[in-house]
Amino acid sequence: MTTVATSPRFKDNVREALVDPNLQTALSFVEVNFIARRQEVADKLPEFEQLRDSARDIKNHTLAHLDLYLEAYEQRVVAQGGKVHYAVTADDACKIALDLCRQLGAKTVTKGKSMIGEEIGINAFLEANGVTPVETDLGEYIIQLRGELPSHIIAPAVHLTKAQVEADFRRVHTHLPHDRNMAEPETMLAEARAVLREKFLAADVGITGANFLIAETGSSIIVTNEGNGDLTQTLPKAHIVLASIEKLVPTLEDAAQMLRVLARSATGQEMSVYTTLSTGPRRAEDLDGPGEYHVIILDNGRSAMLGGQFRDMLRCIRCGACMNHCPVYHAVGGHAYGWVYPGPMGAVLTPSLIGVDKAGNLPNASTFCGRCEEVCPVRIPLPKLMRHWREREFERHLSPGTVRAGLGLWAFFARRPRLYGFATGIAARVLTFFGRSRGRFGWLPLAGGWTKHREFPSPQGKTFQAQWQRRMERRP
Amino acid sequence: MNARDTVFASIRSALAVNGQEAPRRREVADRLAGHPAGVVPQRGNLPPQARLALFVKMMEAAAGTVTAVASIDEVPAAVGTFLRRYNLPLAVRRGGDEKLGGVPWSNEPALEMSVGPSDGAQLTSVSHAFGAVAETGTLVMTASPDNPTTLNFLPDNHIVVLDAKDVSGDFETSIGKLREKYGAGALPRVVNMITGPSRSADIEQTLILGAHGPRRLHVVVVGEP
Repeated sequence: MTTVATSPRFKDNVREALVDPNLQTALSFVEVNFIARRQEVADKLPEFEQLRDSARDIKNHTLAHLDLYLEAYEQRVVAQGGKVHYAVTADDACKIALDLCRQLGAKTVTKGKSMIGEEIGINAFLEANGVTPVETDLGEYIIQLRGELPSHIIAPAVHLTKAQVEADFRRVHTHLPHDRNMAEPETMLAEARAVLREKFLAADVGITGANFLIAETGSSIIVTNEGNGDLTQTLPKAHIVLASIEKLVPTLEDAAQMLRVLARSATGQEMSVYTTLSTGPRRAEDLDGPGEYHVIILDNGRSAMLGGQFRDMLRCIRCGACMNHCPVYHAVGGHAYGWVYPGPMGAVLTPSLIGVDKAGNLPNASTFCGRCEEVCPVRIPLPKLMRHWREREFERHLSPGTVRAGLGLWAFFARRPRLYGFATGIAARVLTFFGRSRGRFGWLPLAGGWTKHREFPSPQGKTFQAQWQRRMERRP
Repeated sequence: MNARDTVFASIRSALAVNGQEAPRRREVADRLAGHPAGVVPQRGNLPPQARLALFVKMMEAAAGTVTAVASIDEVPAAVGTFLRRYNLPLAVRRGGDEKLGGVPWSNEPALEMSVGPSDGAQLTSVSHAFGAVAETGTLVMTASPDNPTTLNFLPDNHIVVLDAKDVSGDFETSIGKLREKYGAGALPRVVNMITGPSRSADIEQTLILGAHGPRRLHVVVVGEP
């Protein structure tokens, strides 16, 4: 039951996002908060850059030996009394989860935040089959009330203002006095805490994601600040972990390397508040904890990525740093990307998972400024991977005719340097002549897409190539 | 082919391997057995007193509070002081941990004590930490009948008794201690690494304490490091 993508209408999404005043207000916090916080903690740790190399190497090593680490991991889970289920597709994963819920007689399921859960559309599937899922991460809870997808992989409700959240709480929490004061975020958090506490205690099954799986011990790791994931997995009869194949790391030491770059890159914390390693179900003498422990291992197209140009993307640890630093994301937010994964990582991953025919717009929505690659904790060459998608889109004739014609024209000149220099020289002179009075253009033939939204500056003097040549000639 | 076989076949075909290659198997077995440490930050590599001081500094930066006492005899007074400071009822829930059992709780006669997991009705809990990591001010809590996991999450106030000697400089040292106690490849059902009280920044990125877990986290450090 994969969530329906609006990625094909990306351009319309963008137009709407740019004029949405609530969204633009909410987005203004992203650029300020996340970037500064990450920089601050990175600067405090002299080994941070080395740790990024180490994190990249660990993931590369694990991916190259993924079959063997998966075997080792499975053995440890089973040895500790847990069960491992494999899902080839999103639908398979949903069905396994539903079967488990039915076997346990579950009516309500609490959920920790899981991007895999979003990817497979588990909430809609469970709900359609008579099981009520309740998101417990505050941000996920808010977007569940609104029937939306997350707009950010670690801050799902980052696109909303306080006033919007207040309106949703008043709409849904009808058992509370209507005239209650909700001016402060503190009051809203306390309200959500009280409402969800009841759900935690009543749930039959808890479903969480996993930030990492450890082959050495058969453990799953979740990282949260709220503690919702821990209540989700501790209180019900069973804990179901949704994880994809690339979450594996070999050892506890490897997990420690990854954790050191995760929180710092994500929220700019030295360490998230709760990092929890879970290994199997409740043990014989335990007084609390889930009676059953299940892990659903999802492939959903990832093993195919392992063999191709996009293997590097499987290193991703879902920290969100790439979108936090992306000028396109800052301008349009996450929903414009039209599916589960937004920002630069989404622009690479989404075409892999739902097809470049549906998501071809996404890798084009980048200025290739390179900030995403600069901050990626596992050094994924995101601009290069987006360029691969653009090439594939072009090769498969999926890009629009005007784009293809334009690229063809440019390629014709680019392959003929003399002609290129001559033509651009003339163009520069013509533009300089016509733009001499104002220094800029409000309209230009063939550049309407640009001048509709902003003015085009008129050239100042000769072309770059001409200037470069002159500079080289002057050299002794 | 069942789903498991399909996934493994697909991974192996993408990697162009069959899974039986001896060098690959050896490399994986060696890494799992040898668990090499990667880059260990030098921040926590300090003499005992300074290491403890770093733990306290980092925990306080994460909005936790810390108090130090000379011996377990002083733990009841430290718990009483904390409860009175926030005007909380003098009642705590704790696990059957040996160390906590050995605390002379009668030194604080007004303190009402119960033993067992939490069902959400308790305002304050007391747990005993397996250890802590100075590098980030992180407590390492292991689940057992003696320290039930629910005590770490359901009560509004969580008091953690930590032996000063159990503070490690870095995560790798704590991992080593876990391996020593639980054996190679094994862990207790849950290891909770806790760095401060619960919080959320999901509404306009305003940080607020007390999301779903404890609003307050108080560490009582016992003895000399």
